[in-house]
Amino acid sequence: MSRNFNVIQAIDKWAVFFYIVLVVFGWINIYGASVSEDQASIFDINYRSGMQFMWMCISFGMGLVILFTDSRLITAVPYLLYGLIILLLIVTVFVAEDIKGSRSWLPLGPFKIQPAEFSKFITALALAKLMSHPQFKLNSVRSYAIVCSMILLPMFIIVAQSETGSALVFLSFVFMLYREGLPGLIPALGFCAIVLFVVVLRFSVVDLLGVEGASTGLFLGLLLAYLLMLIFVRVYQYDKKHLFVLSIVPLGVFALALPLFKWVVRFNLVYVMLAIVVFAVIYLIVLAYFKWRRTYLFIGLFMLGCLGYCFSTEYIFNDVLQSHQQKRIQLLLGMADDPTGIGYNTAQARIAIGSGGFWGKGFLQGTQTKLKYVPEQDTDFIFCTVGEEWGFVGSAGMLIVYLLFLYRLLLIAERQDTRFARVYGYGVVGIFAFHLFINVGMVLGLVPVIGIPLPFFSYGGSSFLSFTILLFLFLKLDTMRIERVRN
Amino acid sequence: MLNDKYKDRSIIIHIVLALFIILFIGRLAQLQLYEDYTGVAEDNAFYRKPIYAPRGLIYDRNGKLLVYNQPTYDLMVTMKELNDQKKAKTPIDTLELCGLLGITYEQFCDRMAYIKDRRKNYGYSPLTPQRFMTQLSPKDYAMLQEHLRKFPGFSVQSRTLRNYNYPCGAHVLGSIGEVGKRQIERDSYYRPGDYAGSDGLELTYEKVLRGENGEEILLRDSRGRIQGKYKDGAHDKMPIAGVDITTTLDVDLQMIAEELLQGKIGSIVAIEPATGEILAMASNPTWNPSLLVGRLRSEYYPILQNDSTKPFLNRATGGLYSPGSTFKTLQALVCLEHGGITRHTKFPCSGPNSKPIKCTHNHGSPVSLEEAIQESCNPYFWLAYKETLERDGYGERNATFKKNYTRWREDILSFGLGFKWEDSDVYGLKDGAIYRAETYNKIYGERGWKALTIRSNSIGQGEVLVTPIQLANAAAVIANEGYYITPHLNKTDSLLDNRHDANVSQKHYDVVQEGMWRVCEYGTAHYYKLPDLAVCGKTGTTDNSHGKPHSIFFGYAPRENPQIAIAVVIENAGFGSQFACPIAMLCIEQYLYREITQKALFNRMKTLVLNSGVKHY
Repeated sequence: MSRNFNVIQAIDKWAVFFYIVLVVFGWINIYGASVSEDQASIFDINYRSGMQFMWMCISFGMGLVILFTDSRLITAVPYLLYGLIILLLIVTVFVAEDIKGSRSWLPLGPFKIQPAEFSKFITALALAKLMSHPQFKLNSVRSYAIVCSMILLPMFIIVAQSETGSALVFLSFVFMLYREGLPGLIPALGFCAIVLFVVVLRFSVVDLLGVEGASTGLFLGLLLAYLLMLIFVRVYQYDKKHLFVLSIVPLGVFALALPLFKWVVRFNLVYVMLAIVVFAVIYLIVLAYFKWRRTYLFIGLFMLGCLGYCFSTEYIFNDVLQSHQQKRIQLLLGMADDPTGIGYNTAQARIAIGSGGFWGKGFLQGTQTKLKYVPEQDTDFIFCTVGEEWGFVGSAGMLIVYLLFLYRLLLIAERQDTRFARVYGYGVVGIFAFHLFINVGMVLGLVPVIGIPLPFFSYGGSSFLSFTILLFLFLKLDTMRIERVRN
Repeated sequence: MLNDKYKDRSIIIHIVLALFIILFIGRLAQLQLYEDYTGVAEDNAFYRKPIYAPRGLIYDRNGKLLVYNQPTYDLMVTMKELNDQKKAKTPIDTLELCGLLGITYEQFCDRMAYIKDRRKNYGYSPLTPQRFMTQLSPKDYAMLQEHLRKFPGFSVQSRTLRNYNYPCGAHVLGSIGEVGKRQIERDSYYRPGDYAGSDGLELTYEKVLRGENGEEILLRDSRGRIQGKYKDGAHDKMPIAGVDITTTLDVDLQMIAEELLQGKIGSIVAIEPATGEILAMASNPTWNPSLLVGRLRSEYYPILQNDSTKPFLNRATGGLYSPGSTFKTLQALVCLEHGGITRHTKFPCSGPNSKPIKCTHNHGSPVSLEEAIQESCNPYFWLAYKETLERDGYGERNATFKKNYTRWREDILSFGLGFKWEDSDVYGLKDGAIYRAETYNKIYGERGWKALTIRSNSIGQGEVLVTPIQLANAAAVIANEGYYITPHLNKTDSLLDNRHDANVSQKHYDVVQEGMWRVCEYGTAHYYKLPDLAVCGKTGTTDNSHGKPHSIFFGYAPRENPQIAIAVVIENAGFGSQFACPIAMLCIEQYLYREITQKALFNRMKTLVLNSGVKHY
């Protein structure tokens, strides 16, 4: 039976259908974004759409190879591949020539490849291998340490290659880890950290109620943290009395402080907020001591951590982030204006998309992309071409197709009977989703400018090939399940 | 299936993915459906290259071409392209370009700085070609064109400039200049760098003359380089040429008039009485209109502006003068109409001993109306004025007197005096002044004034102020015996409908005409009388605070079937009979006979310099 098993029949047709729709639409848009007058056709190998077609053929071939590979190989080699790719990444740091500040391109004959692109699916495979081990349980510090170091190792090397965008992609494994049992608190806290960072930073330049030196950002940050703390108290240690005390004290303090501020003397209200937070921390620790409840201690420590985090936000922003990263964030938050630098890209991207209107300007009719107003229009900013030429209908439609594609992959992942396949499947969905959200969010001006490709759309051989491998490995794993079921 | 206590988390992941996509679609809707980026995108990508419409030509009444167009070329620079050259380490050879253009490197830098300064060059965009140097001659252009390819970023835009066949009529014709910021804001037709009429006929008929500029929509890329036509020119617009204008001017008369004014400050206006067509309108000091064209404009404009003799003031339309004795003719007509006098009324004159106004001429007494006009007898017109205003007494609170004054004023106004003609196409008209009763009330109090208070009005002094064109028009009213067509410059029939009737019935004119004929036959103007031509006129000599009296003449000819009404004002010259009168006679001769026989007089008046400050531009 196994001998007659037809992998082509077993492959998930919907996933392949969505994949082909996205690839072809992406290819058309690369043609639209890069077409020039002397170009004979979309297949002209001297131009980008032709090159992309060649990479498409190579990738399809690779996909077929994967489908017909002996299935046991896939579950056998992940660690080996992981070791090799780490080695390759390290070598790249030293060997690669500097292209626009990035040392990630490895010359390979006539082509240049980016090992970082391939490290994504290899890490996903390795994690799948690790977590499918029967003894592995995601509940000890040790197992978390192993998982985290497997994710962070390639991440750091890629940061060393100055490819921060690609490195951030590894954060997408949070999807998979969450599905496999990572406490929901961790992503929630991560989300809170981003919100706090943005709030503190955005309003740090605004003087609170006109008092010089009083940072509205800090005030709002502490206020938000305090509200979070109240929620935690409510959720994890529900006790009406303490919740009441922790709510009424700040209200009372402000009831006193505000009239004083308004009619008697103007002072820095951040100190008032600070005093309230310190009070809450002491209250919670004392409570933890007398009631002998660890939760109070954790909440108190959380509050203390938020305090430190809020006060160090500016330090993180100014001293940890590089100046171009600072600028991109400031630009997104509307704190700086940079019409000639990176702000030009986002402004032009917005104009290109906005001018598309409902129906778009039509295939090859986009003026903004055609005339090269949008930089990187066939790579990172390819979504501009979609927006300009295909309008709201085309771009929203494409996003919906993408969502259906991801849903289909989730469905496939959920029906797996091996942990290996499911872990890998969620890794795949995470990687695609992260690329999509960051890339489209960047083009739409919702996320700071981070240079990562839009899968199947952005021009680029390495990324296209690696995305195809990423997907087809998963589809192969799915056919293996069917094969097992039949047997 | 796999052991799974976290299966529900799949649902949360589904929701998170959907939320992101919904957020993105919302943002797309905001950008693509709610906000409008079409204009921004087009400004980005379209370079609307103007194709300038040829401006309408201007002809004189006999079909002689006065104003036409000459080709000129503007050197344009696209900053973005220039900067890209610099970035690519292949900057253009600035010094070579300076050499070709004949400018210094400093001038080059200054001009570049000016172009980039948005406060001065408000339409600046680094992507759009900006005017680097305007109005290159065809010769300079030919030379430059050979080398232009060496200077990427520089291009040439052709357009036209005005040129003049006759060195006259600067005030009437007006000139064109670059549109200002406010003009662009008022009229969206204009774009920075466009030319528009700034005064004279060029301004009045701007919308007719300018036609409609066309445009070529070109696609330009992010570096400012032109990438071809948008949709193969399907949306391009061809320019529509401006419409030609035939003016009412007689350029030969205009030339003679301007020649006669040389060395003097003053003006001449000649009108065809039956039609209101302005035959000539000259004001001195003036300039050759070619001097305010092209690159000469920036040179001469400040010079003319700073000249203490104020060449830019068109004295024919905007100079305010007391009409002096010329006003007596109108005074006589209104007094006759009001019944203050009859055509047979005689008044005594005590010559220089007359009170309250003395007479400056020696003649018999009593004088009749014709004689009073002929001899310019002041007491006669004072008494006629007094009789007219006070014939019904003063009435309660002087009301009757004031009613008579108001009626007198309205009738004077009906000669086209004291207000700006709204239906005229002449640029720069002024009101002049005939005071309202209310104004006198303010000055003297409700009952503080009577005929004696305003006696100077009776002889055209005092508060009466007119412009030369109003004076010429008043002569036309007398010639027409009771109406005028608003004086105008465009020879179209539509303007002939602007007929206004004076409030003096036709039967009163012959006696005044007789008086005016006598002035030219026997009176103050008889020295320069043309043989075989009956001219009706009146001289005026008006005292003023600036020196010698202004010399004024107004009148028309021939007496039967008048062809030309004329007013001449020469500032600070002396008697009306000495200067204004002969100049008017020469103009009349030129117009009626198309030549001047009194060559000696002509040369004497032409070379006579009354004001050494008047420069010849």
